[in-house]
Amino acid sequence: MICLLAYGAEGFFVIFLMSDKIQSKIIDAEGLNRTIARLALEIVERNRGAENLVVLGVRTRGVPIAKRIIAQIKQIENKELPLGILDVTMYRDDVFKKIKQPVVQPTEIDFEIHGKVVILVDDVLYTGRTVRAALDAVIDFGRPSKIQLAVLVDRGHRELPIRADYVGETIATEMDDEVLVNFKEVDGRDGVFLVKQLKEI
Amino acid sequence: MEFNRKHLLELKGLTREEITFILDTAESFKEVLKRPIPKVPTLRGKTIVNLFFEPSTRTRISFELAQKRLSADSVSFTAATSSVLKGETLRDTARNIEAMNIDMVVIRHGASGAPHFLTQCVKASIINAGDGQHEHPTQGLLDIMTLREKFKTLEKLKVAIIGDVAHSRVARSNIYGLQAMGAEVALCGPPTMMPLDAEQWQAEIFYNLDDALAWADVVNVLRIQLERQQKGLFPSTREYHKLYGITRARVEKAKKEITILHPGPINRGVEIESEMADSEFSLILDQVTNGVAVRMAVLYLLSGGRGAERFDESTN
Repeated sequence: MICLLAYGAEGFFVIFLMSDKIQSKIIDAEGLNRTIARLALEIVERNRGAENLVVLGVRTRGVPIAKRIIAQIKQIENKELPLGILDVTMYRDDVFKKIKQPVVQPTEIDFEIHGKVVILVDDVLYTGRTVRAALDAVIDFGRPSKIQLAVLVDRGHRELPIRADYVGETIATEMDDEVLVNFKEVDGRDGVFLVKQLKEI
Repeated sequence: MEFNRKHLLELKGLTREEITFILDTAESFKEVLKRPIPKVPTLRGKTIVNLFFEPSTRTRISFELAQKRLSADSVSFTAATSSVLKGETLRDTARNIEAMNIDMVVIRHGASGAPHFLTQCVKASIINAGDGQHEHPTQGLLDIMTLREKFKTLEKLKVAIIGDVAHSRVARSNIYGLQAMGAEVALCGPPTMMPLDAEQWQAEIFYNLDDALAWADVVNVLRIQLERQQKGLFPSTREYHKLYGITRARVEKAKKEITILHPGPINRGVEIESEMADSEFSLILDQVTNGVAVRMAVLYLLSGGRGAERFDESTN
């Protein structure tokens, strides 16, 4: 709810505007930790250990998830996996479609990915276009033996034939909903939130 | 921060935020240049024409490489091989290019204001790659990027521009860009090469190179255009070198570290001693590398606005 104070000829007016969005929590802080711990376990289980794995986080929210997955895997396997950061802006097919221009940021991969198993990490899997762009970006850096996709939230509405190998939570959403993934280190709070547009009934 | 400009004609009028945004974008593109496959699909489907009415090696190659690294389709033509020799006017050349449905034009021209003129007769985005004695904005940006890499900030950095300031478009782009970024600018050269209206920039003016070196953290050494010697602006290249040439002896006399920039091409032994151009003071080759990254950033940012319009037209 937004409260505005206006000053007009007749004096002060207080105007209340009902916000047209409502936000609900889907995963809380503890839930987030548990979900990421499970993703880490699944990754290690499927790959029979942590040998030959490298982790690439997709900017922006994929990076904190990737860091936490690496920390979890270190606890389980006592092995610190290398972290790379992928910015896919340059590979997007909708770079010029958006009114607001995405800011290009550097990709940071300072290790060889040739022959490795790449765990690609992103926060929300939606249309699949980001993942498509990320796959193109990864392949420009070398030829990994496998690429596996880990996402915190799968919200459906795919526009491309893409699926995740590891999914934290699957939620049913509408196209105009927003899924917010928040991290202490970036946003000051941990949790996943669903923002629904209020519609007239 | 949003970058909403359609053309890049000059650095005059660009804000510190805008320049910083271009440079930040350029840093990201610089990383692409270091990859095993230094190419991204960002400008796929965009068509760019490079119109070079004046000779250029570095700037043209730099623009062409930037375009190829971004997967744009580009065509270059130089005055020597074009219809300009057959007497075609700039307006007609431009209108013909327009008819071929081009997204962007990069132009170098001997007449100041030619790129501005083009913006009035074609719909494409225009990038000034140097016009007469006006500006050379991408050169100014790459100089600033190179300095920012070394010094982190340009705030209060003392930069002396040395040489033929009056006829130099590089000098003008440097002055506006550097001042916007908070640097202090001084000009140094013989009185015949100092613009009559130099006070407008509120830059310190030195006629003695040693004074300028004692003041500066950075010197940006302009190329002496040898063709100007006929105009009698200086008696001989030897005399110019003696009075205004950057030499190791003079830099050491200043008793501090001085960074040297040069926009190229270098006249070795005229404005700068050959050995100094390759010395530890020189950032000349960093400038060339950064030139490609800066041009990638400019191409990307300018095509954004227009790209959005075009995309919407075709989908709606």
